[in-house]
Amino acid sequence: MPLIAIEDVKKSYGDNEVLKGIRLSVEAGEVIAIIGKSGSGKSTLLRCINGLETIDQGSISVAGAYLGTSELELKTLRLKVGMIFQQFNLFPHLSVGRNVMISPMIVKGMPEQQARELAKQNLERVGLGQKFDSFPEQLSGGQQQRVAIARALSMQPQALLCDEITSALDPELVNEVLAVVRSLADDGMTLLMVTHEMRFAREVCDRVVFMHQGKVHEIGAPEELFTNPKTPELQQFIGMTS
Amino acid sequence: MISFSLWDIIRNLLLAARWTVLLSLATFVLGGAVGMLVLFARMSKRNFLRHGAKLYIELFQGTPLLMQLFLIFFGLALFGLEVPAWLAAGLALTLWSASFLGEIWRGCVEAIPRGQWEASSVLAMGHLQQMRHIILPQALRIAIAPTVGFGVQVIKGTAVTSIIGFVELSKAGTVITNATFMPFTVFAAVGFFYFALCWPLSKYSQFLERKFNAAHRH
Repeated sequence: MPLIAIEDVKKSYGDNEVLKGIRLSVEAGEVIAIIGKSGSGKSTLLRCINGLETIDQGSISVAGAYLGTSELELKTLRLKVGMIFQQFNLFPHLSVGRNVMISPMIVKGMPEQQARELAKQNLERVGLGQKFDSFPEQLSGGQQQRVAIARALSMQPQALLCDEITSALDPELVNEVLAVVRSLADDGMTLLMVTHEMRFAREVCDRVVFMHQGKVHEIGAPEELFTNPKTPELQQFIGMTS
Repeated sequence: MISFSLWDIIRNLLLAARWTVLLSLATFVLGGAVGMLVLFARMSKRNFLRHGAKLYIELFQGTPLLMQLFLIFFGLALFGLEVPAWLAAGLALTLWSASFLGEIWRGCVEAIPRGQWEASSVLAMGHLQQMRHIILPQALRIAIAPTVGFGVQVIKGTAVTSIIGFVELSKAGTVITNATFMPFTVFAAVGFFYFALCWPLSKYSQFLERKFNAAHRH
């Protein structure tokens, strides 16, 4: 039984069909990169997995929790899978520590002291233990994104979705975030990331998914896909990005 | 004939101004509470709540406060419900201000970036938790200035209640004029009192707006 099972998922915005029957299984501990041109549906797919978008057809499950429409079903699903965004989306009115503590406290009912310990631990893990009392606006983009990762980790998810998490960063800040993601991968976290960092995808990921026009166009080990792309679309895409 | 000194006029107006202040405060607090309900209904996922709130807002924003006051004061009397002037005044002003405050606050809530909703959603928070811990605390910062600004409208709005015989500042002005035959002096004084109540509040609202805009620029 795969950790994430995506079965024949279809989704349209009006007449525009953005996902045309996606199938994908992700085993626990796998690190997967989703690549493709903008408009190929890769971000939409990621956002469907934790119910930020609804699907028209098919099914999605993460660790046995199915994507539904009720608040309870969504909550169950979202306790299994965390997400990190391109724009960090930290809560600007809360300190870094509170950003990380708040959800374990109010969603899981964790006592404050325990949540604080967990937050410290996870902030250490992303190298920001000393920023506990800072506010998001005082941090660089790279630091904010690492806080966002710590915040997601504090919910102890079984998988993490990363939606172009380095795309809004200045080039010199990209590596500090990727280093954190790499350490998560080494620790066995299941990761599903939409990314433009081809080198990173190649080095860290177990499988690469190439999406094209709402479909999984090619899928396989990174070496195979990057050195020996089978379809002309992927050849062209790799030619453009490298 | 009895003669009235300026102090007599001022003193009596001051006494009546207490009622203007009290009515304004009560309206503001109660209107704020009802406005909060309107806000939640307006943003609810349930259709009937959302449409109900919208209808309410359109109704109370689309008719003059004076009409609402008449309807409550005389309308309820038709059904045998004798409402005292202060109650009718408070009720009308509360319902009226709730429709505006609810809408002002909705604007503030909608000004919070969508990313904040999404980030709190994926952390498994429910709608009310998102509102309470993430959205409203941020919306509050933006809401303070326009809310205080609306307070000025409330104070001036209380003048309308003089028409049903509630003795606040305006009504007192009329009564005193009838006794003194000095309309210019009396209403100049009345105007001055309103100004003294409203102007500091407007200034404060502008100050808050500058302060929170400055905080927003980061």
